[in-house]
Amino acid sequence: MPLLEDGRLRPDDWTSIEDDAPLPDGPAIVSLARLRAEADALAGRNAPLGVALDPGTQPEEVAPFLPRLALVALRLPKAKDGRAFSQARSLREHHGFGGEIRATGHVLPDQYAMLLRCGVTTVEVPEGTDPNTWARSRDAVRIAYQAAQGAARPLSLLRRKLELA
Amino acid sequence: MSTKAKARPATAPVVFTANRLRDGRVVWLGTEGAWRDRITETTPFTPEASDQGLALAQQGERAQLVVGVYAVEVDPNGGLGGPTPLKFRERLRVQGPSVAAEAA
Amino acid sequence: MNALTPPQYARTYRYDEVDREFLRERIAEFRGQVERRLAGELTEDEFKPLRLMNGLYLQLHAYMLRVAIPYGLLNSAQLRQLGTIARRWDRGFGHFTTRQNIQFNWTKLEDVPAMLEALAEVDMHAIQTSGNCIRNTTTDEYAGASPDEVVDPRVYAEILRQWSTLHPEFTWLPRKFKIAITGSPNDRVAAQVHDVGVLAKRDARGEVGFEVHAGGGLGRTPIIARKLRDWVPESEFLAYMEAVLRVYNALGQRENIYKARIKILVRDLGDEFTQMVEREYERLPRDKYRLDPEVVAAIAAHFAPPPFAALEDQALPEDPEFRRWAAASVRPHKQPGYASVTISLKPIGGIPGDASADQMEAVADLAERHSFGEIRVTHVQNLVLPHVRQEDLYTLWQGLRAAGLATPNIGLISDIIACPGMDYCALATARSIPIAQRISERFASLDRQHDIGECFINISGCINACGHHHVAHIGILGVDKRGEEVYQVTLGGSATNDAAIGELIGPAFSYDAVVDAVETLITTYVAHRTPGERFIDTYRRIGATPFKDALYAPA
Repeated sequence: MPLLEDGRLRPDDWTSIEDDAPLPDGPAIVSLARLRAEADALAGRNAPLGVALDPGTQPEEVAPFLPRLALVALRLPKAKDGRAFSQARSLREHHGFGGEIRATGHVLPDQYAMLLRCGVTTVEVPEGTDPNTWARSRDAVRIAYQAAQGAARPLSLLRRKLELA
Repeated sequence: MSTKAKARPATAPVVFTANRLRDGRVVWLGTEGAWRDRITETTPFTPEASDQGLALAQQGERAQLVVGVYAVEVDPNGGLGGPTPLKFRERLRVQGPSVAAEAA
Repeated sequence: MNALTPPQYARTYRYDEVDREFLRERIAEFRGQVERRLAGELTEDEFKPLRLMNGLYLQLHAYMLRVAIPYGLLNSAQLRQLGTIARRWDRGFGHFTTRQNIQFNWTKLEDVPAMLEALAEVDMHAIQTSGNCIRNTTTDEYAGASPDEVVDPRVYAEILRQWSTLHPEFTWLPRKFKIAITGSPNDRVAAQVHDVGVLAKRDARGEVGFEVHAGGGLGRTPIIARKLRDWVPESEFLAYMEAVLRVYNALGQRENIYKARIKILVRDLGDEFTQMVEREYERLPRDKYRLDPEVVAAIAAHFAPPPFAALEDQALPEDPEFRRWAAASVRPHKQPGYASVTISLKPIGGIPGDASADQMEAVADLAERHSFGEIRVTHVQNLVLPHVRQEDLYTLWQGLRAAGLATPNIGLISDIIACPGMDYCALATARSIPIAQRISERFASLDRQHDIGECFINISGCINACGHHHVAHIGILGVDKRGEEVYQVTLGGSATNDAAIGELIGPAFSYDAVVDAVETLITTYVAHRTPGERFIDTYRRIGATPFKDALYAPA
């Protein structure tokens, strides 16, 4: 499936690997269970490694592996299931994860800006997706009342008041 | 609200109701898939034919005409001068609120 | 001055250009979402959470738009604009809710963007009045006026409003999330039956801090909240709220809608919940979430006291009819010579909480003349003019009487809370409004109402308990029994400091019999009461048995 990054589509270099399938040479996403079971073997690979977390998994559980991971994939089983937002923020805020955080599953363009503000970097979207709808949605509301994750944009109103004071 | 199409099988004649997408007003499925303002403009489906009725009604959802399609069991010649819902809630839907609904 | 300009001294949060820009963008976004829906680019399942987040429901007969009244505060320009909206896009009236909001019952989807633009003209919106997000924070309707106030809760309610508005992390919660905050030791906001209840207080040095309760709620599982922390310093208020919400968002039930509120999580985890919040709170990057005193001061400036005149308290005119109204409606003010006035939206036989466009305009005019242009909405579905000169009370009363707004029944048996019930609500299992109307008519005699004294009747038309029946002295819950509306009665509930969930008294009553049942309860109370005892006091003293015996005795 195509990948959305910075409001544009790009091909996905990663492959999701079933627990019983052999690992390819390229970038691979495995489950947390496999990551745990084959930690040492996986550490020896040269290609980038990612993990897919279930929405119910607490980021603490993956914390020991994060230094070796280039990607964490989070899943929205339904668009209204917002656990991934907290997972992403926790990965950035508590665990200092600096790699790619990818949102997968049923994601609406209307959630794009909030996902980015929580620290998500890419979204897996269906074939045929019009990236302009996502870009428009991302830019629809450019003012925020809270501190965002990472980048200074959009600004926080409470902080803006501070700056003005 | 999402469709309640998966209700238990009908045991009485049914008509189909929904809310019009644009303005939310209550509408009733008339013949050939047209949506009507009044329940008196419907012809009830027999319980056996209710699946056909549902399929017809759901076309209206797919065509972005209505939302929240569901079946209402009726007495075809009841107290409302035509198809009359058996349940009080649905009779309220036909008649509007039982309390004053305009500014005094 | 244009009609949309608020009076100079009305203390509502005034938008600046950034707030206005935000609202314009948000409305444009929703306009686009409506267009995508009408064009079929969004399915109803996808559109529903988006419209709900903008306050738009689909009800039994039509769409309903719920407009946020931030923590129940309005200025006269805003109230007048609500009247204009009612007249132009609805049927000339609106319904004030227990969440201090207003609902328009006959909204058309295609009109909603224009309605939102009209709201934006007076710094109002419908954001997060529905959906699984942080809803409108409620607070004390006497904020800034009450003699017992320790901390002005409006400041922190506004901070919560800004912080929770389109919060990137907490907009897709397991279920809706309601916060109430009070700054008085006497809880008038039902803090203990909220997802989070906050009691703002001061320490010995006068510093502001917060006692935080979580996991209270009504609905099908009524629970009194658990105290999480006795003291959160002001600067850490948002950090602590972030911690509570993050634990809930991560662990709240998502499969079963009936178990998705935070109260179930708190109940199931008990002390472990408190510890998880503490752990999250400890490790949050505090600098990022710190509430700076300068921010608090900037917000507090919006709520500075209006220029009160130096007056003395004075005796009220002798007119007995006026006196009776004043006894029910007028409340002491912290400023000598002033009073707070509650305006009853419960005329005998009327629909609780309804106000016509004409009445909204009349109240706006009276507020300008007598209360610095300020109005509050109460969770009991009435209105309040917070700052009225005592010397103006008689004139005000005459003005209210002319608008049909002077029913002297505040706190009495006909001051009933009722949800819209099956007459409007798609979820309801029975009607609420006609029950309220019939009880009100049964006790129409004001002499009798005053003799009965304080008695709270709350009516819900389904188990979701929007009518707060659990915390009423006499609670009435309408349910469906094989196609018939029947009504369960609970006794002994309370929403104040002594919060309690009412007890089911016995088998349900029919639509026709429930008013007689209320009459029997009142007769029993009157027969057993000792001088000065309210209904709730007598009930607590003698217990349920005498009431049960009277209700269910064989004829």
